[in-house]
Amino acid sequence: MYSIKEAVLSGIHFIDGDVACAEGAIAAGCRFSAGYPITPSTEVVERLAARFPMVGGMFVQMEDELASSIAIIGAAWGGVKAMTVSSGPGISLMQEHIGLAAITETPTVWVNVQRCGPSTGLPTQPAQGDMMQAQWGSHGDYPSLALCPNSPQEAFDLTVRAFNLAERYRTPVMVLLDEAVGHMLEKVVIPPGDEIDVDARHFTSKPPKEYRAYECAPGSLVPDMARTGEGYYFHVTGLTHDERGYPIMLAEVQRRLMERLMAKIDLDDVTQVVQSQVDGCEVLVVSYGITSRVAERAILEAREQGLRVGHLRLLTVWPFPEKLVAERCTQGSVQRVVVPELNMGQMVREVERVVAGACPVTLVGHPGGAVHEPEVILEAIMEVRQ
Amino acid sequence: MSGHRGTEVRIAGFGGQGVILSGMILGRAVSIFENKHATLMQSFGPEARGGACSAQVILSDEKILYPYVKAPDVLVVMSQPALRTYLPTLREGGKLIYEQDLVKLEEGDELPEGATCYGVPATKIAEGLRRRIVLNIVMVGFISAVAPMVSMESARKAVLHSVPRGTEALNGRAFDMGYRYGVENYGGES
Repeated sequence: MYSIKEAVLSGIHFIDGDVACAEGAIAAGCRFSAGYPITPSTEVVERLAARFPMVGGMFVQMEDELASSIAIIGAAWGGVKAMTVSSGPGISLMQEHIGLAAITETPTVWVNVQRCGPSTGLPTQPAQGDMMQAQWGSHGDYPSLALCPNSPQEAFDLTVRAFNLAERYRTPVMVLLDEAVGHMLEKVVIPPGDEIDVDARHFTSKPPKEYRAYECAPGSLVPDMARTGEGYYFHVTGLTHDERGYPIMLAEVQRRLMERLMAKIDLDDVTQVVQSQVDGCEVLVVSYGITSRVAERAILEAREQGLRVGHLRLLTVWPFPEKLVAERCTQGSVQRVVVPELNMGQMVREVERVVAGACPVTLVGHPGGAVHEPEVILEAIMEVRQ
Repeated sequence: MSGHRGTEVRIAGFGGQGVILSGMILGRAVSIFENKHATLMQSFGPEARGGACSAQVILSDEKILYPYVKAPDVLVVMSQPALRTYLPTLREGGKLIYEQDLVKLEEGDELPEGATCYGVPATKIAEGLRRRIVLNIVMVGFISAVAPMVSMESARKAVLHSVPRGTEALNGRAFDMGYRYGVENYGGES
C-alpha cells in the first residue's frame, strides 16, 4: 500500500474543480468514499473511483444518498478518513446523517457541488442556493463548518483543509463548490506530499479500561477517538449521551453536550477571509465562490471610475466570520456593503445581522442558472454615488 | 466593461466533436507547457452527444479573474448553429476559424470590422487519416498555425499529453496536417 505522501499527485495540472477536490481528498489522506453520483459532482467520484485503487482506498457506489452518508460515518469509526460527494438534491437526502455525524462527533467531509434548486432544478448550471442549508439543514443545533472555493486550486487546497478541520474538531465539514467552479479547468499546483500539512486523527493513548468515548482531556473540548480492533468497547448513539457515550435522557446532560459541541470550534482558527483594499473603502463587497470572481470584474471597473471599493472574499462561510465581517463593514469609511450571490438572498442575512444597521446592505441576488452579469454588480456598487 | 482580460477564445460545435478536448489542449499548452494562465469553462446540455456544446477559454500572462468569454478574439466553429449563435459576439479585428464542410458562410453573415476568416476541411483531412474522430486535433493544429496563442511545440506537446495512450502517433499526424494546411493556405501566422 502507498503511504499518504506517495499518493499525492505532485506537479502542475490543468484540471477542473471536481477533479482537484478529489485530489485534495487523496492528498489529505482520505481513503474511503461512498456516493450516489449526481451532476455536477460526478467527476469527483469518477476521479476517486479511478485513483483509490492505486492508493489503497475504496470508493463504493451506493444505492442512494442515505446509504452513502451513513457508510462514510461507519468508515470514519473504522479508522479511515472518509467523505461523500453530492449536489443539492442528494445533500437534502443526507441531512439526517449530517446531524448524526455532528452529535456522534464523527470526522467526515461532505462535498456539495451546488446546482440550481429547489428539487432537481437545473442540473448542469451553477447556483449558490444551499448556503443556509449548509448551516441549518439537519434538525437541532449543531456546529457547522463549510468552506467555499472559487477556483480549482482552492478546491484542492480547501478540501485538504476540510479534512484537517474535520479531524481537529471531530465534526462534519462541508466543501461548498458550485457547478461553475466544479466544471472549470485551470492550473492546479499540487505540492510534494511532505509540504502539505495534514492533520492526523487524534487517537487516545489511554488503555481500553480507562477510555471514555466522549471524555475530553483537560483544556480540550474535543475528545480523542479509539483505534478500531484494539479492544475498546463503547457506545455510539445519536441520542443525547454522557461521556461514556450512553444515552441519558436528562436536560442537564443535553445542556452539557450542546454547550461543548457549540463551543468546540475556535472561530479564529477556522476563519479564512481574503481581503483586498478594505482599509478606508467607501463600498465593501462581500462575496464567495464563483460570484467572487464575477464581482472582481465589477470591483476593478468601479475602482477605475475612482471609487474606493474593498472586497471581502469568504473562504470560510460557516461558521460565519462575524467578528471580521462586522469589524470591516462598520469601519467609518464604508457607506454601503454589497453582497452578490447566486441565490435570492441567503448569506446577505448574516451580513445584515452583523452590520446591524451601521450602513445600508444591498443584496445583488440571482436565481442561478447562470452567473451575474458583472454590470449588475457594478451598478449596485456605483449606486453609492447617487 | 473595459480591460482586465486576456485572449478570449470560444470553440463551439456539437457534443461528440471533441470541442471540450480542443479547449483543454489549448489550456493545457498554456498553463503546463508555457507556465502562464488559462481558464476553461465548459457548457453543455444534459445530452452527451449531438447537443450544442461550447468551450470558453481565456489565456493570459496573469491570473484570470472573470472566467467567461464575452467577445472572443478567436472564434472556432464546427457546426452551423454554432456560427449562428456566436458570430455576432466576435470581437472587432477577431479571427473566425471554421470547419469549411460543416459550416457555410452565407449572405448576411456579417463579420465585425477588421475580422478575418480561416476555413479548413478538417473532417476531410481526418478522414484521410481514416479516423474522423481526430477532426478536433486537426482543428487544433490549424488554430496553432493561423491564430497562434502558444508556440507550436507547446500545442503539439499538449495534444500528445491529452489523447489516449497508444493514439499519440495518429493524433500527432492529425495535428501536423492541420498545422501544415494553415501554413500552406494562409501563410501561417498572419
